[in-house]
Amino acid sequence: MLQIRRELVDKIVAHARADHPDEACGVIAGPAGSDDPQRFIPMLNAARSPTFYEFDSGDLLKLYREMDERDEEPVVIYHSHTATEAYPSRTDIKLAAEPNAHYVLVSTRDPDEHEFRSYRIVDGVVTEEPVRIIEAESEPTQAEQRR
Amino acid sequence: MAVTVSIPTILRSHTGGQKSVEATGETVLEVIDDIESRHSGIKARLVKDDKLHRFINVYVNDEDVRFAGGLEAKVSDGDTVTILPAVAGG
Repeated sequence: MLQIRRELVDKIVAHARADHPDEACGVIAGPAGSDDPQRFIPMLNAARSPTFYEFDSGDLLKLYREMDERDEEPVVIYHSHTATEAYPSRTDIKLAAEPNAHYVLVSTRDPDEHEFRSYRIVDGVVTEEPVRIIEAESEPTQAEQRR
Repeated sequence: MAVTVSIPTILRSHTGGQKSVEATGETVLEVIDDIESRHSGIKARLVKDDKLHRFINVYVNDEDVRFAGGLEAKVSDGDTVTILPAVAGG
């Protein structure tokens, strides 16, 4: 199961909408081994294509160096499909190279409603998983803080 | 020439879980062959038809070797070679 804060889901969807009809892509990094997506890192789609995405090779090196220095890993790797459903394509499956990541797919084919789904992709096998969105906790009131 | 090679998660099954290995060679290809001699199977994941696999990126320090001679790119003593699979799809 992917557990992810509402604010991060909103950022992924906003990125996908902004880049439509091209595919949008990025990462949410989190502390290594935590399975907790925390740091939103939108990436440029170097392919600038409605049917393909690829992180720029220089950006990719910077991203992995930075995560390494911070002891992070890519907890979520996301991209959008702009004309088809939010399900991994054959290319997505063939090229998936992070067996510990949650692969998030967003479909923006419908202008009003988006699909947001998550998968594990390991050795060519796709397994969809439930997504639990954590809503922002309301700030405690002053009365509660005094107690 | 001794270099440090950074291994991506997906290939660490070939290196007994090690994140980086030491290797020697004058070019990227020689470095890969040297790693292969101790970690069998890794070369096939990187090289196809005598070329670097399209969706594998190899960097010598900060430079993508695709722009520096590919497998023939030179390495120098103390360089860091980083292997990263592309993050890509359709």
